[in-house]
Amino acid sequence: MRYFAQPGHVLHDMLVKKEISATELTKDVLARIEEVEGTIGAYLTLTKETALKEAAAVDEKIARGERTTFLEGLPGAIKDNICTCGVRTTCASKILEHFVPPYDATVMKKIKAVSPVLLGKTNLDEFAMGGSTENSAYHVTRNPWNTDCVPGGSSGGSAAAVAAGMAIWALGSDTGGSIRQPASFCGVVGLKPTYGRVSRYGLVAYASSLDQIGPLARDVTDAANLLNIISGHDEMDATSSAAKVPDFTAALREDVKGMKIGLPKEYFTEGMDPEVEKAVREAIETYRSLGAEIIEISLPHTSYAISTYYLIAPAEAATNLQRYDGVSYGERVDGSDLVEMMTNTRTEKFGEEVKRRIMIGNYALSAGYYDAYYLKALKVRTLIQQDYTAAFENVDVIMCPTAPTPAYPIGSMISDPLQMYLQDICTVPLNLAGLPGISIPCGTSSKGMPIGLQIIGKALDEETILRAAYTYEQSQDYHKELAPLGGTN
Amino acid sequence: MNYEAVIGLEIHCELKTKTKIFCGCATGFGAEQNTHVCPVCLGLPGVLPTINKRVVEFAIKAGLATNCEINKYSKFDRKNYYYPDLPKNWQTSQYDLPICINGWVDIDVEGQKKRIRLTRIHMEEDAGKLVHSGTTIKDSISSDVDYNRTGVPLLEIVSEPDMRSAAEARAYMEKIKAIMEYIDVSNCRMEEGNLRADINVSLRPEGSEELGTRTEMKNINSFKSLEDAINYEIERQTEVLEDGGHVVQETRTFDPARGITLSMRSKENAHDYRYMPEPDLPPIITSDETIEKYRAELPELPDARRARLEKDYGLSDYDAGIITSTRAMAEYFDAVVKTGADAKLAANWIMGDLANALNEDSVDIAKSPVEAQRLGAMILLIMKNTISGKIAKKVFKEMWTNPDAPEKIVKDKGLVQITDTGAIEKAVDAAIAASPKAVEEYKGGKKKALGALVGQVMKATKGKANPQMVNQMLVAKLGN
Repeated sequence: MRYFAQPGHVLHDMLVKKEISATELTKDVLARIEEVEGTIGAYLTLTKETALKEAAAVDEKIARGERTTFLEGLPGAIKDNICTCGVRTTCASKILEHFVPPYDATVMKKIKAVSPVLLGKTNLDEFAMGGSTENSAYHVTRNPWNTDCVPGGSSGGSAAAVAAGMAIWALGSDTGGSIRQPASFCGVVGLKPTYGRVSRYGLVAYASSLDQIGPLARDVTDAANLLNIISGHDEMDATSSAAKVPDFTAALREDVKGMKIGLPKEYFTEGMDPEVEKAVREAIETYRSLGAEIIEISLPHTSYAISTYYLIAPAEAATNLQRYDGVSYGERVDGSDLVEMMTNTRTEKFGEEVKRRIMIGNYALSAGYYDAYYLKALKVRTLIQQDYTAAFENVDVIMCPTAPTPAYPIGSMISDPLQMYLQDICTVPLNLAGLPGISIPCGTSSKGMPIGLQIIGKALDEETILRAAYTYEQSQDYHKELAPLGGTN
Repeated sequence: MNYEAVIGLEIHCELKTKTKIFCGCATGFGAEQNTHVCPVCLGLPGVLPTINKRVVEFAIKAGLATNCEINKYSKFDRKNYYYPDLPKNWQTSQYDLPICINGWVDIDVEGQKKRIRLTRIHMEEDAGKLVHSGTTIKDSISSDVDYNRTGVPLLEIVSEPDMRSAAEARAYMEKIKAIMEYIDVSNCRMEEGNLRADINVSLRPEGSEELGTRTEMKNINSFKSLEDAINYEIERQTEVLEDGGHVVQETRTFDPARGITLSMRSKENAHDYRYMPEPDLPPIITSDETIEKYRAELPELPDARRARLEKDYGLSDYDAGIITSTRAMAEYFDAVVKTGADAKLAANWIMGDLANALNEDSVDIAKSPVEAQRLGAMILLIMKNTISGKIAKKVFKEMWTNPDAPEKIVKDKGLVQITDTGAIEKAVDAAIAASPKAVEEYKGGKKKALGALVGQVMKATKGKANPQMVNQMLVAKLGN
């Protein structure tokens, strides 16, 4: 029997009942990686040996009769922009090709405290800049549902690994949709928590005021369990929330009766694939039939979200990435003097998309342009936040597609960055407002590609979106389907 | 044409917190290279800063002590520029919402009081230190970076261009130094770089209200350099203007060995710092209660202390100014006076023999081998006529290396003043007998001749005779 297709909570029960051992499970997932990684390319670094040791340690614990908690012995993967002590962390960039962090991110400390099995580090768009994982400096990752298509991004490696059974769970990061959009493209569950819910300490910064770590999982129950583990205030992150962390699994109940669901008209407009709209509207009808109240709402500043995001994120990125200069860590390309060394290092070791965003960001921050671009973007950001605040006076959650299209063929958009940026229309507004959002599978296109439903919640109210997601999931079978791993050819 | 100098200072003051501004690393000076470092101050990928609350406290206290308004909503910003001593290639600083604004301090130059306005005080992190294989970065094959200083908290205290001479600039910096020492937020050791100034100097025709083009001299770390750099720059700019030229806006470096400034970087090459709000640190919100709490914790400040010394002890404005110029000296003075010693005598001794001795041995007054208690005891001996002022100088010298009480030293060395009339009379008679010429001269109206006779008595008594008694007795015996 193969175990890799099962969700984590099912495997956890089997471990507790001693129906399987952590070692058997880990070997099964490693075998699966062996079988399909060559096709998918989800990983940048694999840590097979330590994975087996971790599994053996959990088995010993179970043999001693000690209680096992969720995630113990469950093989998972970490996006390669989260610092792992002693394990190479590249951000899919050549500039950090040999960078081994001397410390663990706070989420890694929390995760390691419950003894999971860590399989390795997953591929991403370089420094999380992109929506297709094509911007990795190492290799592309293929969508397990159609290997000619992108897995989405930037957490494409994590989403593909979970979808293909190469990891039971994974962590990703979401700056403008980087957890939710690949989850949508790969038919898995992806949750971006409220900004501040999860510590960012050790997440290699792309855009500090937008970045947030979150789980990618086979189903909503696993996502809730993972969120329980990684959430909470961290004194190492001054922007982390001091709010009390509830038990998110307590929110997992089938109950949307009387729930007020807002449908923002601005999210169902031009550029949306009709099949996506159809699947999302059907999901909404399901909610209605389950007793929810559907209310059309307006988020009037939505059309400015993309331009706002593509000023704020690159501006923050431009400064965040200044540290990669070849001086004390990372790669160095020598030059005849200091300035030339720094210039050569950054010119040769950063990819095109990263350089593009650094240029945009520095332009937006430069003297004479700051007020017109960056400052204005900050003001519009406030308006977008106010849109949500107003909307949430009347509704409990907001629903819309996660992405305007299903996964598209590899290479079809990479030459048109603007078109690519527009793909983020449904996801970036949440990051600008700091709100939580979850993407769950809600159908497939005529070509068999997954479609995601996005559920947006109030700040720090992940419970309601988890409850809504769980209720819908129980009425469907999408999350039980395993990606077929085929290509179109 | 006569020109007027317009001078403004940006003083960087290193705070004496135990740990750095954004991480838990120690701040101590002189540690082995790269031992006070962690992922955060090394700027490794993924790290985040967290604010050291003591830094905010110190900054607010510095603001209150310099009559600033405290911004109740303040924030940090990133000041972006590439330099290898700056691991993130930005300095976390404050741009448009500094913690303190609109302050002032009063200075004294040659008896003239003047108010110097403060534009702002903001918090920021220090950079690391480059250790070149050669003498400068340009002639070095390689350079090492020591990150121990990276993230040490600094205040940047920015003045308005209110100073008109090197002396005023010096007085201003001395006042800032004194205040920071008084409120105990900085060690202010200039030789360790705790306090350093960037100076802006421009000239304008006397009577003009417009500002001329300015030059900036960075990292001046002694009062002498401060004055020398300003005086040189005033001279240089005067020459440029008198030759019909224009002062170029630029950063110049001051060479203390040669006493000259040299061009470093012109405005065309100036940085565009691309400031942006620091997204990793929430704004600093300060309540009225906190401000009042810090205000209540402030000690007596130099100006108030100076006024008190003048009022309570009748010290001259000048003496009180010197005594209160450092908190340590003022405290030393208070401790001496507490022993019952006369305040004016105490001030004279502290500013005279003690200051000279400290200076000679490069010792801090707080660590003076002659402690305040002992100096007080010695002054009491003078007051009781046990020793003369002249003998006291000998006693003081002995006390510098001898930890005994002054009474014991006086006794052991046989320095007790002779106030025994009989003994003095004997010596006086001997002197009169031995110097008929001087006696004659004195009697003939040459009053100065008395000095020679006093000298003889003192020589005979090894300086221990009470000089006043000797004087009186001679005059009495010789008649007016």
